[in-house]
Amino acid sequence: MTRYLRLSGLEPFVLTPDIPFVNVGERTNVTGSAKFRKLIVNRDYAAALEVAREQVENGAQIIDVNMDEGLIDSKQAMVEFLNLVAAEPDIARVPIMIDSSKWEVIEAGLKCVQGKPVVNSISLKEGEEAFRHQAGLCLAYGAAVVVMAFDEQGQADTLARKTDICARAYRILTEEVGFPPEDIIFDPNIFAVATGIEEHDNYGVDFIEAARWIRANLPHAHVSGGVSNLSFSFRGNDPVREAMHAVFLYHAIRAGMDMGIVNAGQLAVYDQIDPDLREACEDVVLNRKPAAGGTATERLLDIAGRFKGGAKEDRVRDLAWRDWPVDKRLEHALVNGITEFIAEDTEEARQAAARPLDVIEGPLMAGMNVVGDLFGSGKMFLPQVVKSARVMKQAVAVLLPYMEEEKRLNGGTGRQSAGKVLMATVKGDVHDIGKNIVGVVLACNNYDIIDLGVMVPPQKILQVAREEKVDIIGLSGLITPSLDEMVHLASEMQREGFDIPLLIGGATTSRVHTAVKIAPRYTAGPVVHVTDASRAVGVAGALLSPGQRDDYMAGIRAEYADVADKHERSERAKVRLPLAAARANALRLDWSGYAPPAPSFTGTRVVDDWDLGQIARYIDWTPFFQTWELKGVYPKILDDPAQGEAARALMADARAMLDRIVAERWFNPRAVVGFWPANAVGDDIALFTDASRADRLATLHSLRQQTAKRDGRPNLALADFVAPAGVPDHVGGFVVTAGPEEAEIAARFDRDHDNYAAILVKALADRIAEAMAEMLHERVRRAFWGYAADEAFAPEDLVGEPYRGIRPAPGYPAQPDHTEKLTLFRLLDAEAATGVTLTESMAMRPGSSVSGLYLSHPDSYYFGVTRIERDQVEDYARRKGMTLEAVERWLAPILNYVPGKGAGAAQAAA
Amino acid sequence: MAPRFQGRADRLAAIEAIGRERVIVLDGAWGSLIQGEQLTEQDFRGARFGDHAHPLKGNNDLLCLTRPDLVARIHTRYAEAGADIASTNTFNATSISQADYGLEDVVHELNVEAARIARQVCDAFEARDGAPRLVAGAVGPTNKTLSLSPDVGDPARRDLTFAELAASYADQIRGLTQGGADVLLIETIFDTLNAKAAIFACFEAFAEAGRRLPLMISGTITDASGRTLSGQTPTAFWHSVIHARPFTVGLNCALGAAAMRPHLAELAGVATTRTCAYPNAGLPNAFGGYDETPDQTAAQIEGFARDGLVNVVGGCCGTTPDHIRAIAEAVAPFAPRAVA
Repeated sequence: MTRYLRLSGLEPFVLTPDIPFVNVGERTNVTGSAKFRKLIVNRDYAAALEVAREQVENGAQIIDVNMDEGLIDSKQAMVEFLNLVAAEPDIARVPIMIDSSKWEVIEAGLKCVQGKPVVNSISLKEGEEAFRHQAGLCLAYGAAVVVMAFDEQGQADTLARKTDICARAYRILTEEVGFPPEDIIFDPNIFAVATGIEEHDNYGVDFIEAARWIRANLPHAHVSGGVSNLSFSFRGNDPVREAMHAVFLYHAIRAGMDMGIVNAGQLAVYDQIDPDLREACEDVVLNRKPAAGGTATERLLDIAGRFKGGAKEDRVRDLAWRDWPVDKRLEHALVNGITEFIAEDTEEARQAAARPLDVIEGPLMAGMNVVGDLFGSGKMFLPQVVKSARVMKQAVAVLLPYMEEEKRLNGGTGRQSAGKVLMATVKGDVHDIGKNIVGVVLACNNYDIIDLGVMVPPQKILQVAREEKVDIIGLSGLITPSLDEMVHLASEMQREGFDIPLLIGGATTSRVHTAVKIAPRYTAGPVVHVTDASRAVGVAGALLSPGQRDDYMAGIRAEYADVADKHERSERAKVRLPLAAARANALRLDWSGYAPPAPSFTGTRVVDDWDLGQIARYIDWTPFFQTWELKGVYPKILDDPAQGEAARALMADARAMLDRIVAERWFNPRAVVGFWPANAVGDDIALFTDASRADRLATLHSLRQQTAKRDGRPNLALADFVAPAGVPDHVGGFVVTAGPEEAEIAARFDRDHDNYAAILVKALADRIAEAMAEMLHERVRRAFWGYAADEAFAPEDLVGEPYRGIRPAPGYPAQPDHTEKLTLFRLLDAEAATGVTLTESMAMRPGSSVSGLYLSHPDSYYFGVTRIERDQVEDYARRKGMTLEAVERWLAPILNYVPGKGAGAAQAAA
Repeated sequence: MAPRFQGRADRLAAIEAIGRERVIVLDGAWGSLIQGEQLTEQDFRGARFGDHAHPLKGNNDLLCLTRPDLVARIHTRYAEAGADIASTNTFNATSISQADYGLEDVVHELNVEAARIARQVCDAFEARDGAPRLVAGAVGPTNKTLSLSPDVGDPARRDLTFAELAASYADQIRGLTQGGADVLLIETIFDTLNAKAAIFACFEAFAEAGRRLPLMISGTITDASGRTLSGQTPTAFWHSVIHARPFTVGLNCALGAAAMRPHLAELAGVATTRTCAYPNAGLPNAFGGYDETPDQTAAQIEGFARDGLVNVVGGCCGTTPDHIRAIAEAVAPFAPRAVA
């Protein structure tokens, strides 16, 4: 196995080559953070733990813990803090860097961590014997080490000294101590530059070149450093310091520095640094003569003042609206989604108002009404509305403490809301982007939202609905089994005597299903299918308005009765074939002149060498815009006369977040792929344990179209694309996932009252999973299966599926049976390989996951099974070894008959 | 009778060679067999501990001193069943665990004797058929934990220190080594920090003795979250013990073979050494017993071998010589897992 640095907390960490840089969190370091030092000195460990937690939440892959503070017992503080961290699974999941200049503190720390930590640091400062002793102990405790370029003569400053000391330390460690070279991390000392002292000018270059030398000459070793030292002479000017760090890292990482102690929150993006500033920083870091003359230090000092405290802002931005009256400013901020000044403006409005509630009911609601009007008239689009909601949330967060205080003092009255809406994604389903969007839009319109999240059992929904006296229940679901859950919940509402409105939404829901299956179960109250977020406000308003309610409900009832009736008649009119006839009209490929390609391996393989930047190139953006109810094809939508502006702004936000996702590795994508010898057996596909095809490994079942076909078109089943016995064929399968991080990241944004970002990250996670599926399929065609080794499509061309072979997913039109995922997951051992699990409704969790089969035949294509008859369902149940009732439940959306009632049309015709 | 193998290194080389050809078989449980003997308090005490102040019934490890005949018989039954590796009856033979019985003082002797008895039985079998039999000195987790606080109100508190635990382990390890153990089996690890203390103690003891014994390291995953009690995933656990450069890494005990499988598969996917799995005979029943028959357990372990997940297999709680015999037969046709 490759020699990678392998660490662990509660979870593993592997420094693979696709991780360009490991950011070590530095905020739990008393020498690096004044705040943390104060907390530790005051023994406020609870708050200190919060600092650690926040770092991990913000994406630190390792956290550095340093207690070297003169006022405290460092050893005791290290032990106490690490013991406390051990009790916090959300912190302890990442590896710890035990950081001290005192060996006794390090050794005490090593005795507290069950994971594999990093010691920071040991060195040759006190000679070889001490170095060997300490390194030996690091090995015995099971830790990687940071080795400082420090020897008996002192800290190495020049390139030659740095490389000499590192080479000597490397030799002692690997040859005498037996230290694994991949567990050695050299820190060749980052010193301050631009100090005005000429000898310091080359310090940046010396580090960068030392990094390059180490990576080239000391196999498997890594390079780290504490970056903040570099900009020490610019204390007090954070924008310049951040720019210097970004420029330095840009060059050092390219030279091979792969780890560093950096405050990620205080790091500029290289590309976004003002060009003048960037050039001045580059001159300083790389010790270049400025083009404009003078020294690099002088040049940076000259321009530094210009950026102090303001570099991040857009300098050409029009801030004229800041002079408007506060009510107008609030409205402007809401309509334009600007959070920057909302806290101060809200506070100003509060001080002017008699009661904090007046601010909400006055200027804030007025502003949201403007947003609502613009949205209603199609002048604002969903992403903009969600941004407005973010502003509103943050304003309310400012007021909330005052409102609670007021309530405490005089039991005051709460604000009048338009109504209370309970929202939930039903049991077994994990998809919630649409639900969250509807919740945000309703909240913008003064509804109180109680969001129960995903996988919510029906008892919980009804219990909360009763306790909270909600006015409306809104259900969401994406996969087909969720439809049944909704039907079930509707029945339960009826049984338990509810009469409040039930709103139905989500990708698989439809007006027809709502009218035919859900509404008849809940006659006591109105059931309405809501196609998108923009309709939700109107529907909720009509249902809760005493004046409109009755007429609206009567209208809906009449409409649904009509829909159900038409549906019934049209289904009856469609001619379905008996299964035998459909089979007689199966697709018969000619296998005589065709040798199916064999994959490069059989069995499964985990694919974990994902590069998020590469994945991003494979994103198909059109569905992303659909999520936000912007309808059109990417990239044309960006120039759409009506939606273009909103689409471009959304795209810019998505790109910015995607850049962070890539740079900070928010997700941990994983996949597993497998191939097995396979042959079609009737409508099923038999998979075999090996090439002898003697032992059956598993059976994949497929369903056959039963609609009457014209013009000689076949009645397809997926099995038709696989060769029958006698011709050696193969079938593949895969599961990809963007990783489980999405939910936690979104929750974090929610806590910060930023539901725009929360929805954005989920929408991007979905796109990343789909992009991974596309990318993996390409790799399968070109390498793993290899039947199209020379294929060369650009990522954007893949959207049109110009390639050979398909990847049908269980639960989707070509094989609507979600339970086939069980077989696929078992074959791939997908849970162990990727962490993706199946819910009782066969939804994949995390939601941003994709699975499917691979079929290679050049004539294979996607199709929809559509409705099937009882004869096939009975046959299928027999083949799968399931009861008829179970199969009918899973296939409910495609049954062409009412289970339990007489024969379907096909039997009647046969 | 001349020994068949010239010391540990020779025996180990022989077993390594066998391990390249087939799956190696470890023995099964002690507890179920000892329970089957219906021993009395007097059996545990023997003549030597007749006056001991604490009740001793249930201190199975003590039988190495008071009923060596019984201990040797159990080793014999497992060897007859096809076990290549005999694990010593020393799961609780540390000063920390024996403190419950007031027997800290006999810990060293107990470990020496346990290893000696196992070695004697193994020597006899080696002489009989020429095949190597390894003695694995069993090092249990103790009943203390270094990573968790005993007091919910004070999460920074610990029952004992790393140094205390390592010292207690070192005593046991010296005894096992002296008595003739060929490898050390650090098993049923629910808290990886305890295991790291055991590994640290091994390194110390090896440095004193001037020779290294191979380590077998075995964690236990007891809940559905797929983590150790102390919260680590299987891969994180592997990274935590990788520095031991163990002879095997694996899983034991817990909820039986079926529940173990996904975790074993994960470990088999990342481990750069041999893997070892010895589950319980299924889930404990209402009476704390185990219901899986030898065939049932063997069928699942056969699956481990068929799918290339294991190099060493055996049984834990509830398994008997019949289980080990069935397991040995079940895995025999399959090649061992390829070690990266």
